[in-house]
Amino acid sequence: MPHKPPGVRITVDGTPVTGRPGQTIAAILIAAGRHSWRRGPSGSPRGVFCGIGVCFDCLVTVNGTRDVRACLRRADDGDAITTQPRTKGTP
Amino acid sequence: MTRHVVVIGAGPAGLGAATAAVRAGARVTLLDSADQAGGQYHRMPPDAYEARRPFRICESERCDWWPGAAVWALERRDSGPPRVHVVRGPDADGDGRRRCVLRADALVLAPGAHDRVLPFPGWELPGVVTAGAAQVLAKGERVAVGGRVLVAGTGPFLLPVAASLLDVGAHVLGVLEAGTAGALLRGWTRRPWELTGQAGKGAELAAYAARLARGRVPYRTGRGVVEARGDGRVEEVVTARLRGDWSVVPGSEQVLTVDALCVTHGFTPRLELPVAAGCALLDGFVAVDEDQATSVPGVYAAGEVTGIAGAPAARAEGVVAGWTAGGGTPGRLGATRRRRDEGRAFASRLAAAHPIGRRWAGWLRPDTIVCRCEETDYGTLRDAAASRLDARAVRLGTRAGLGPCQARICGPTLAELLDTNPHHRPIAWPIRLGELANPPAEPKEGT
Ligand SMILES: Cc1cc2nc3c(=O)[nH]c(=O)nc-3n(C[C@H](O)[C@H](O)[C@H](O)COP(=O)(O)OP(=O)(O)OC[C@H]3O[C@@H](n4cnc5c(N)ncnc54)[C@H](O)[C@@H]3O)c2cc1C
Ligand code: FES
Repeated sequence: MPHKPPGVRITVDGTPVTGRPGQTIAAILIAAGRHSWRRGPSGSPRGVFCGIGVCFDCLVTVNGTRDVRACLRRADDGDAITTQPRTKGTP
Repeated sequence: MTRHVVVIGAGPAGLGAATAAVRAGARVTLLDSADQAGGQYHRMPPDAYEARRPFRICESERCDWWPGAAVWALERRDSGPPRVHVVRGPDADGDGRRRCVLRADALVLAPGAHDRVLPFPGWELPGVVTAGAAQVLAKGERVAVGGRVLVAGTGPFLLPVAASLLDVGAHVLGVLEAGTAGALLRGWTRRPWELTGQAGKGAELAAYAARLARGRVPYRTGRGVVEARGDGRVEEVVTARLRGDWSVVPGSEQVLTVDALCVTHGFTPRLELPVAAGCALLDGFVAVDEDQATSVPGVYAAGEVTGIAGAPAARAEGVVAGWTAGGGTPGRLGATRRRRDEGRAFASRLAAAHPIGRRWAGWLRPDTIVCRCEETDYGTLRDAAASRLDARAVRLGTRAGLGPCQARICGPTLAELLDTNPHHRPIAWPIRLGELANPPAEPKEGT
């Protein structure tokens, strides 16, 4: 990289959110004041719980790839994040 | 031929192991699913990591450092250590990761631990996070998990977490240690000579305590969070005075307005890999001998998987494991072994000072979620246990422990509520019939 971009711009269900380079998707969302983006089987909201990839409460879809742990994945400029409902038979 | 040692996990234990194995003359492959070395203890933002390149071993010619490499299976063989199946790629959980298999003359397992959190009503609300999650967000991402934050649970880890939260600008309302002052004093002041080698750890904790004092953060013992409430996220918590067995003192409840709650009730070792390798366990941790050798020839274990004793002890264990795994002369490393032994004494003292009170299940209500993934509640579990089904049937009937996390979070809790062996994958085992409907069962406090 010749010079670092000032920020990382991602979209979450179409809404733009900006973070710092190197931040995880979860950190960018929390810094932006968003604490939940996934739902439990009953539809109850969920976000980060364990923070280190163990609980799977934070899963999102990134550029079409499902089931990415938002607490582990560092955001890339232009990433399109979509939240995923928890349907039967999927994690 | 030069020995090849594969070290899984690049936390304090794995880094110590890789360094010592290289020193013993071996060639090392060091891998971690994370893209930075350092594990949970040495967390830092990526720019700081790049600028400092903090771990010399990762730059060593004799050590192949593989960031972003997750071990997903260990394949046992008739002789020699298991083969290591790895998936490697630049992006966590991303497409385009590659699989590969590593053969080694010796394996060092150093996968660490994660927070254990006991359930309470409302713990599934967004904004309720493990203390470790708050720590990782603060240290690694420079993000405060909330503006008005309470830190609660048990153990010395509460202190660094509260200090890190202050550093990133959170208002920390308090630190609640569920253990009573008496239990803490008995645990920490008995046989003080055992702690001499842990003076560094003591000084570190004292520095955190001073940081909290400067930030005017109250530290209270014998108090815990028994409920979280909110509409779509945590908005308030109920705290209560707890007796020595963690039963609630009636009438002692207080309500606090918060936007985040950080909880930990200790750490659970990550046993998937040791169990896959066939390593024997002892009291819920990997059993190791003086050289950190497990019951499986050629497989060594170090760090929090062998006991919760903090980073310095994890490093010392790693050094002993790596030295032996790398073919170093047996019996050497006297000073490191002494530090390791002091670390073990520290670990048992930690367990004694911060036991989980056996009446904690008194916080639960029938509709309290126990398994977060499947939202199995306490009432359903109790009914299933009372209907005298065996463990497998309880699991299939209630789905507890069958969700995406595969009981990593609720496993120890299910085991305790259903009175099975707490440290094996819970209700995959036959459970005792009868009094199961009436948990909590036998005292499980430290000895
Ligand atoms: C979230 C969290 C934060 C913590 N923060 C602190 C702190 O700030 N201060 C403190 O004193 N203590 C902290 N601790 C306690 C900490 O566990 C110890 O102090 C110390 O880091 C333990 O060292 P270790 O080498 O045994 O394990 P760890 O440091 O946990 O290192 C284990 C490494 O193994 C890797 N790993 C695990 N499974 C696999 C796999 N299948 N494939 C590849 N790699 C794998 C992990 O990614 C991790 O990097 C924290 C614990 C947790 C859970
Ligand atoms: S928060 Fe637990 S897996 Fe991401």
